[in-house]
Amino acid sequence: MSKIIKERENQMNRRAFFSKSATGIGVAALSSLLGGCNLFDQSENGILTQKNNLQGILDAPHFAPKAKRVIYLFQSGGPSQLELFDYKPLLNQRRGEELPDSIRNGQRLTGMTSGQDSFPIVGSQFGFSQHGENGTYMSDLMPYTSKIVDELCIIKSMHTEAINHDPAITFFQTGSQQPGRPCMGSWLSYGMGSMNENLPTFTVLLSRGTGRKFGQPLYSRLWGNGFLHSLHQGVQFRSGKDPVLYLKDPDGIDRASRRKMLDHIAELNAKQLEEFGDPEISSRIAQYEMAYRMQTSVPDVVDISNEPDHIYQMYGPDSMQPGTFAANCLLARRLAEQDVRFIQLYHMGWDQHENLPTQIAGQAKDVDQATAALIMDLKQRGMLEDTLVIWGGEFGRTNYSQGTLTDTNYGRDHHPRCFTIFMAGGGVKPGMVYGETDEFGYNIVKDPVHVHDFQATMLHQLGIDHEKMTYKYQGRRFRLTDVHGKVVKDLLA
Amino acid sequence: MISKKTNISTPLVLVSIIVITLLLLFPSSCKTDQVISSSSIAKAIPDKIDFNFHVKPILSDRCFTCHGPDENARKENLRFDTKEGAFAALGKNKDHYAIIPNDAENSTLIQRIFSEDPAEIMPTPESNLTLTNYEKGILKKWIEQGAEWKEHWSFLPIKNSEIPEVSKGKINNPIDNFVLAKLNAQNLTSMGMATKAQLIRRVTFDLTGLPPTLEEIDNFKKDKSPDAYEKVVDRLLQTDAYAETMTTNWLDLARYADSHGYQDDLERIMFPWRDWVIHAFKKNMPYDQFVTWQLAGDLLPNPTREQIIATAFNRNHKITQEGGVIPEEYRVEYVSDRTQTFGTAFLGLTFECAKCHDHKYDAIQQKDYFSLFSFFNNVPEEGLIEPYGAIPKPYIKLTKKEIEETLTFINNLDTIEEIPLMVMEEMPQKRQAHILNRGAYDQPTTPVNPEMPKSILAFDEKFSKDRLGLSNWLFSKENPLTARVTVNRLWQQCFGKGIVATPDDFGNQGSLPTHPELLDWLATELMNNNWDLKASLKTMVMSATYQQSSKVTEELLEIDPENDLLARASRQRLSAEMIRDHALATSGLLDRTVGGPSVKPYQPDGLWAETIGGGGGSLAKYIQDKGSKIYRRSIYTFWKRTVPPPSMMTFDATTRDVCTVKRSTTSTPLQALVMLNDPQIVEASRVLAYHSIEKENDLEKRIGLMFRLATSREITSDELNNLSSFFNEEKSRFEKSPTAAKELLQIGEYPQRELLKEPEMAAYTIIANVIFNLDETITKG
Repeated sequence: MSKIIKERENQMNRRAFFSKSATGIGVAALSSLLGGCNLFDQSENGILTQKNNLQGILDAPHFAPKAKRVIYLFQSGGPSQLELFDYKPLLNQRRGEELPDSIRNGQRLTGMTSGQDSFPIVGSQFGFSQHGENGTYMSDLMPYTSKIVDELCIIKSMHTEAINHDPAITFFQTGSQQPGRPCMGSWLSYGMGSMNENLPTFTVLLSRGTGRKFGQPLYSRLWGNGFLHSLHQGVQFRSGKDPVLYLKDPDGIDRASRRKMLDHIAELNAKQLEEFGDPEISSRIAQYEMAYRMQTSVPDVVDISNEPDHIYQMYGPDSMQPGTFAANCLLARRLAEQDVRFIQLYHMGWDQHENLPTQIAGQAKDVDQATAALIMDLKQRGMLEDTLVIWGGEFGRTNYSQGTLTDTNYGRDHHPRCFTIFMAGGGVKPGMVYGETDEFGYNIVKDPVHVHDFQATMLHQLGIDHEKMTYKYQGRRFRLTDVHGKVVKDLLA
Repeated sequence: MISKKTNISTPLVLVSIIVITLLLLFPSSCKTDQVISSSSIAKAIPDKIDFNFHVKPILSDRCFTCHGPDENARKENLRFDTKEGAFAALGKNKDHYAIIPNDAENSTLIQRIFSEDPAEIMPTPESNLTLTNYEKGILKKWIEQGAEWKEHWSFLPIKNSEIPEVSKGKINNPIDNFVLAKLNAQNLTSMGMATKAQLIRRVTFDLTGLPPTLEEIDNFKKDKSPDAYEKVVDRLLQTDAYAETMTTNWLDLARYADSHGYQDDLERIMFPWRDWVIHAFKKNMPYDQFVTWQLAGDLLPNPTREQIIATAFNRNHKITQEGGVIPEEYRVEYVSDRTQTFGTAFLGLTFECAKCHDHKYDAIQQKDYFSLFSFFNNVPEEGLIEPYGAIPKPYIKLTKKEIEETLTFINNLDTIEEIPLMVMEEMPQKRQAHILNRGAYDQPTTPVNPEMPKSILAFDEKFSKDRLGLSNWLFSKENPLTARVTVNRLWQQCFGKGIVATPDDFGNQGSLPTHPELLDWLATELMNNNWDLKASLKTMVMSATYQQSSKVTEELLEIDPENDLLARASRQRLSAEMIRDHALATSGLLDRTVGGPSVKPYQPDGLWAETIGGGGGSLAKYIQDKGSKIYRRSIYTFWKRTVPPPSMMTFDATTRDVCTVKRSTTSTPLQALVMLNDPQIVEASRVLAYHSIEKENDLEKRIGLMFRLATSREITSDELNNLSSFFNEEKSRFEKSPTAAKELLQIGEYPQRELLKEPEMAAYTIIANVIFNLDETITKG
């Protein structure tokens, strides 16, 4: 029997249920009967594809998934790979010398340094030392992360197409530099659906850097559903009394009263359903139930007060302060435990055009301990193997100084040709360093990974063939990876 | 250009039943393909195959990517998008053919699609595309029946459709003839007419975006004259609210916003243009003139200020101030945006797909894209806003004096001395446009000039090679697309879905019209009536088809889940704007001021501030307005593109990043949270309670009044019992906990009134809130 017809029959059964219960409905029974939420999904060719809200468009993964969920620690602004991961002693040796044209090789410049007549090479002000079994070089700015380097899969050969923040970050999240397409989390919600009935499947947490308090803005389109349905939009979790917009009951309405209110709404809606037979009404009844469940489950999940002291110590002192990156990492773990599919963090402030040494130290301090703690916390709970953790920004930074280079100070402009990100868990190779840049840290010399390749690889770990998860909009089958991208098999465990 | 056999009505008359079945069951998403192949119903292949309705959608969707219009992507030099290509001899020796009419067996197309050899089968496994047995059957049968070829339906001239005669059913005007002809052929009948209350609710929302008042409902019910309904329609079409609602739709299309849209997302002032649009709709400016002014007002002879203001339409696109961008890259982006907007809004074509390469599905080459691009390429503008916060050139300054004296349609509410407005201007020395290799700003190749594709309509000498010529081409009676695309959008406004379900795609990948002759009849009427939009809308809402009940039976739901046949009215949820406006109007809070600067109603704290970088100027922090401004219609809500109003986005408003002509309608838990907890709704509940307490003096009457205001109908006794028992429960709860009552009544800025004791007032507020949360309340009816 066709799925459409079958779904329709389910709907009919629900309708029969409603029409039989003339004296009102026990809502507990109702919600368990509906078992989640229903949605009418109107495809653009006028075909009704009705499906359960919790279910994605893909009947089954394309191949066995390694990861069930993703925690993406996005570092907004473009962290400098040269201070953090990509050790280039030559840059210190040749400090102050002009970047050779043969290395720059026609790379276009942003409007911020295109007027500069000198491009003095500058190495990291911070030391590097070797860590882990492979003796991986890590910056002294990241002491905690250095200790867990054997868990990480570090990619030093990331490259992108955009050279400015807005297009670059939009490109990372949506596969297109221009706004309008769905972001990664929305694609996953669309493709894979939700794993729980009480929380949104795609959540977003923001924090502001202390290294540079005001750097680059964010845009809600970065967690927007684009042309997918609004059901797939990321739900921002915020610190404060209303962790999700409009979540809190108004003052003067308590839980018991709210419950009764929803029962009355459901009863009245059910009468309408009897009268009009529109399945959309039963969908709405189910959505109200999900909303009610969220009102309980969201405050529960964001309440970190019952975490033991050793966990706070692990994540660092910031973790007790809501809204910080560390607190968000802890919250991310709690959301992961509740099987939220895609947990997107944004940490702002990584745009070090000037005063880089001071700023980056602050930024690194914000994230280092909590990042390492999150990974190890997931590991100790047996969750790292099916959780893919990603850490990285939208592009890298130049090997030459933006502005005047002094003995103690310099800045770096945007650099799309190479930068570093790392992953952990979720079926990627631990203890791996992938890709190489030249000794100037300017060009990739081995194993380049394009943003689309990264996206394809991430989807692959979730069991999705990036070429097969498509959405037809205005006649075209869109993908997260546009028409590009290949899975980087070398990274996979 | 067009073959002689262009009668698109033929197939419908012949095979309407099958066409319907096909439209209902012929999906193109990968998931449903498999669903359909296993369905027994889908196996019924029509007796007579029609190229446009059955064959082309398959060829386009599964074959064109490699065998279509894009020359660079074309494999084996085989193309199915033109007749010559599809029937051409193939191979080195020119000894075989993809399609041999009447000889399916020897047609390589058939051989390849039925092949089981992975090296042979088409589409190739790598394409991730497949054909179902049904689709293969269609292609085979089409060839067996002679492989008749037809040009794409929407590029054929608009036909003066003959009105079909029908034997049964209610006929108000020719729309009903077209709809009933198809219904009767299916042996289906209408579900009957809506009640008067439902009808006035529906038409008032569709034409004005607001609910009818009780007085309006009562008057309509009382009026037994045959033209009672027509009087309602005529009245609605004269209102400011009508103009505002038409404008609301136009703002999506025109990607209107109050901010620049990229990075720091600074404020811009475009409301004088929005006020002009309201003004133009109010006075029912003919659509051709309305659009011509917006596209080319500055190029008209001795343009008036009003005509120049209209051109701000093409400056509504996003503009960046991000220091460090390469200005030319962004300037090209702005011109591209205008190109895309023109394609989507006026031609219903996805021109933007031909920016980087020839279109994969439609007869639009990359050259065509950049030829259209060149019309919009001569604006003396810059890619980057410099210095920070500057007003992007070109712009005009509207003085307080001229607004008071001549441009009175602008509501200069804040009495600004001088309002800058970005407008279009043509450079005396035109910028030579080029094809840009892969769409990249820094890779110009062949120079191109203003021109439009011949496949649509030749851009011959009578059209000047500028935006004004483009507009004249657009509104030429021979243009096959403009009127169809326009009436289709109006139809969508009234019926929830276009006759072509993809108002943004009339190309090969778009939906086919469910009622092609009706579409053409409406398009012809529009042109014959001098592009009179009100007349078109009136015809639609006067039809019996529009006035049907939205009730549906299981049987009909099974046969026609999407309501393509229109045996009933579609039960439509209100739009984001309507939902909020409804609560404001019902409670009496709505401020009816028309136009003026955008306003900032309630919004959760901190949303703007938490995402800004260092900049953002006046938009760094959301400073909520006070007083009546927070009760204005939602069309006036301030639109910051990078953080649009969250409650509106939850109800499927568009981001205004690009031209959009269709919104999706979803049902999500976040919507429930908005309706239950947004202070705007909670406050409206309280004020609705005040109103009912003042008007009526007992519980049942008060509940009945609130219910009727929200749903436009009388409450039933069951419903009344339900709500009054809940009222009593809540009242006693609040009596036990007077602080709770106090807290609830404090929500919102509207001053509190002491009409009753607080616990009772609070209980009424709760009941009003329940009523606002009913599915029926946010439904048109």
